[in-house]
Order: sequence, then structure tokens, then C-alpha cells
Amino acid sequence: MPETRTPRTVADISLEVRSKNAGPFWVTMEVFLRDTAGYTLVADPAFLDTQVVAGLYGVAAETVQIYRIPALNVVKISFPRPVVQGSLRDRDIHAGQHHVPLALLPLPASTPSRTAPG
Amino acid sequence: MTHEVRVLTPVGMLGAGFPPETLTRGLELGADVIAVDGGSTDSGPYYLGSGIAKTAAAAVTRDMRLLLRAAATARIPLIIGSCGTSGTDSGVDWVAGITREILAEEGLNLRVATIYSEQQATGLKEHLGQGRIHPLPPAAELDPATLESCRHIVAMMGHEPIVAALEGGADVILAGRATDTAVAAAFPLLKGMPAGPTWHAAKIVECGGQCTTNPRAGGVLATIDATGFTIEPLHPDNACTPTSVAAHMLYETVNPFSMREPAGTIVVTDATYHALDDRRVRVEGSRFDLAEQYTVKLEGARITGYETMSFTAIRDPHILSQIDTWAALLRRMIGEWVTDTLGLTSDEYAFDIRLYGHNAVLDAIEPATGPPREVGVMLLVNAADQQTATAVAKVANPLMLHLPTPDMNYLPSLAFATSPAETERGAAYEFVLNHVVDVDSPTAPFRINLPEDTDA
Repeated sequence: MPETRTPRTVADISLEVRSKNAGPFWVTMEVFLRDTAGYTLVADPAFLDTQVVAGLYGVAAETVQIYRIPALNVVKISFPRPVVQGSLRDRDIHAGQHHVPLALLPLPASTPSRTAPG
Repeated sequence: MTHEVRVLTPVGMLGAGFPPETLTRGLELGADVIAVDGGSTDSGPYYLGSGIAKTAAAAVTRDMRLLLRAAATARIPLIIGSCGTSGTDSGVDWVAGITREILAEEGLNLRVATIYSEQQATGLKEHLGQGRIHPLPPAAELDPATLESCRHIVAMMGHEPIVAALEGGADVILAGRATDTAVAAAFPLLKGMPAGPTWHAAKIVECGGQCTTNPRAGGVLATIDATGFTIEPLHPDNACTPTSVAAHMLYETVNPFSMREPAGTIVVTDATYHALDDRRVRVEGSRFDLAEQYTVKLEGARITGYETMSFTAIRDPHILSQIDTWAALLRRMIGEWVTDTLGLTSDEYAFDIRLYGHNAVLDAIEPATGPPREVGVMLLVNAADQQTATAVAKVANPLMLHLPTPDMNYLPSLAFATSPAETERGAAYEFVLNHVVDVDSPTAPFRINLPEDTDA
């Protein structure tokens, strides 16, 4: 008997949220949504736009690129690496853990309940 | 007249290992060429700066032995790109040495070509003076002094130098820094396959099994023909699906629809992904738009200083309840003690304090709150020479052992992880080039050493 719970974050409605270097000077991250409904929500610029990304990551909004790919239910975000790779203050050499602020982004309060994956 | 070319990529990174039977399977499927990437910038600038590989020699030897045997058995070329992680001349020589040892041990008679891609600052400064070097975003215009400061500079070759080596009779090609795609694209392009499908297929296979539903189960085979390409995994239990293949264009790319190569741009906006069955995918509609100007991208790394690391840990809930206050006090006290003891000004050294278990990874953008259960405190010091960096870490040592919070009236003792506490990390590097050079000839920046005819 699967429990029904209200998804609270982007991660709750995603198959995977990941981040990685795209070369030494860029970070890129992808949200792989579970379904069209989730994609529609996260791809909505009223929910996620360059300003929101800028706030999450402390970068300038005009440097942020967002790619919305409905065929894959994917939203992809790229921006210049805020910290030089491998420098004294780089704490994530591969940028592999920088998806977390995006994954934990709260969904709008009106997001409907769904059956949690078994 | 060749109608199709099969590119076998058993693994995404030379030295990462792969099940030997998947390579055999690729040969059975009629592979025409084996192409493997040997490098990446992903693990940071140290490998380019030092000219040392990330992978263990034993791991490269194990993979190369299997690859060389396969190439010899099937009489097909083997192409390795970005040898030695960074593609420096030393990286090419390192893989070439391993290769020659294996060939001798196995009694294989394969003709080995090497292609070197290191560049000298002197020559590049001439290009710069002639206005032929341009920044890529987010870089700025290049200062000649930046070129001078690099320990190593490599240019990323396209497919043309590799094609030249193939035409020169090489069975095995060990290339310096190359684009990930050039390694897989060279042989199909030589055989007259169309650029759009070839470059797109090369991008899809570059990471081996990354484009399959189980990336741990080995690599893939791409069959390129006049109208597109078909991709399938080597492991019978693994699968490529339209989603897994299309999604690979996202991996480590800024823009998932177009990718610049030296000769032009791969455009996959109109590409279609169609399942032929439950494990093979057909891709059509990929384009390659030739650029007006052929460019090669530069990578360069310079020494930023020398680092020493120290690591202590805190489990005391009292300190952990005020960990940010404690860390701010530690920062201030280290600065004061270093000034008093070593007489260094703040521009003569730098340090980073990372609170592992609290906010080390994300720092200012960490969304979580609340006290941690335990914290590892890493001190990383950078200075112009190793002795100074270590001296700073030693001056900080009593603080990292005994610093109390402001409200404690006794000295706690914290948990150092090692004795001695300090680890000298040697030179630290950073990437300083994100620029392209206009070149008239795709092969001119590279030095191609063709195999000498051996007595078979």
C-alpha cells in the first residue's frame, strides 16, 4: 500500500538532479523530471528562471543559461563556475555536489499530492 | 566505397577498466576502429600543470594490453586521445612507453604513431600579437604574461592530425590533447562518412557506457552510415534507449544542442532518436556546420603557489552549537598569530578553512541549518613557497588543537586526524587559458611522429 505524500522539493518529483563541470570554467546541472506534470512545473519560468538560479547559487542572473527540453522532461542549467576549479577556495573539484540547492528548492505550495514511488 | 563504419568504444576513460568480453563482443559485431579517450580536465588543473597522469600505470597497462591484443587480432586501428590525462608531451610518452612494453611482451607487431600537442608561449605570443587568439566566455582578452606563466600549454586537436597518422600507416595512434569527439570521429571521416552523424556519434560514444541504461556494464558500438548512426551497448544485458542516448548530449556540456569543434559546430537540434529494438537506437538528423575560421582551443595551467593542509575534528556539542562563531575566531586568530610569529602580510599567504560536516562543500549557498553532529576542520594554506605554507600551518596548529569558543573558560583538545598534522601538498595549479587560436592548417600546431616501418 504505497503512502501518499505531498512532494515538497524539486528532488521529490525528479528521477535525478545532478551537477558537473562543463570544462574548467562552467558548471552545468540537470533536473530529470519523473513525468510531464513535473516537467511542466519545473520548466515554468514563473517557478524557475535565471533570477531564481542566481539567488540559489550567488551568481549574476545574466550569466545563467536555462535549457528546457520537453522531449526528455529535462531542465538544464549552465553558468560560469563561481570559484576557479582547483583553486584554494574550490571545495568541489568536479562540481558534482552543487545540484543540492536546486534539488532542495521548495515546490509551490499548491503542488498536488502524488503517489510516492514504491 | 565504404558504406558504414563501426566505432568501438569499450570504455570512457583509458585506465577505468572494462569487462574483457565486451571488447570481444565489439570485434564480433565487426568493429572497424577502436577509439578511447585518455584524458579530461574534469579532475582539475594539477594533471596539466604537473604533466602527471591521474590514472595508475597498472590500470593503463591492463586496459592497453586488452586493446592492443584486440587491435592486432582484428587488424583494426586503435586510437587513444588526450594521453596521460592532460595530453602533455610527457603524457603521450608515458602511454607510448607502456604501449611499447606491451607490444614487446606480447610479440605484437603494430606500428605506433605519436602526436604531440604541447605549445610554446613564444609561438603563441606571436599569434596573440597578430590578433589570432580570442577568448571564449567567460574569459577575458589574453595577456602575454599569462602565456609565460603556464607550466604546460596544450592545444586541442581535431580529427585531422589523427587522420594524417592513419594515412601514414599507423596501427596505433597515441594523441596528445584532442577533443573528446575527434578520437572517435577521425576514422569514419577518413572513410568518407558524413560529418553530421559522425560528430554526433563521436559525442555519444565518448564516455563509453554513459549513454546506456547501465553505465557500469562497459562500452558501446556506433555504426555510422550515409544517413545517420546506430548505437548499441557491448554488454548483452545492457541497453541504449532513445532517452539514454539523447540525454548524453547533456553530459558535461554547457549547451545540449550545439558543440563547437575546431572545424565547426555539431548541431543536434533536429536530431531524431528512434528505438530499433529494446537495446539499439537509430539517430538521424544531426548536422555539422563548418565554421568560417578553423580554431584550436588552448588549455594552460600555472602554479598558484604551494599548499600545506592540516585537518582536525570536533565532536564536542558545546563547540558545535557555535561552530560558525568558533570558525570566525579561528580565522582571526590565525591571521594575528601569523603576523606576530612569521611577520607575513595578508598578501603573502592565503588560507581556507573548511568545516566538513557543516558547510564545507556548499559554503555560502548551503541551504540546511542546524548544528552538526561532528565537524572536520580542514585548513588549507597557499603561499609562494612550501616552507612558508607549512610554517603558517604549524603556527595555526595550537589553535586547531586547543581553540575554545568565547564562552569557554578552559582549553578543549580537538581531534587531529594524523601525526604530523600537516601534509605538504606541493605545487597548486590553476587553469588560466580559455582561448582559441585561428589556424590556417588543422595539423600545423601538432607534431606527428609516424611509425617507422618495422620488419614484420
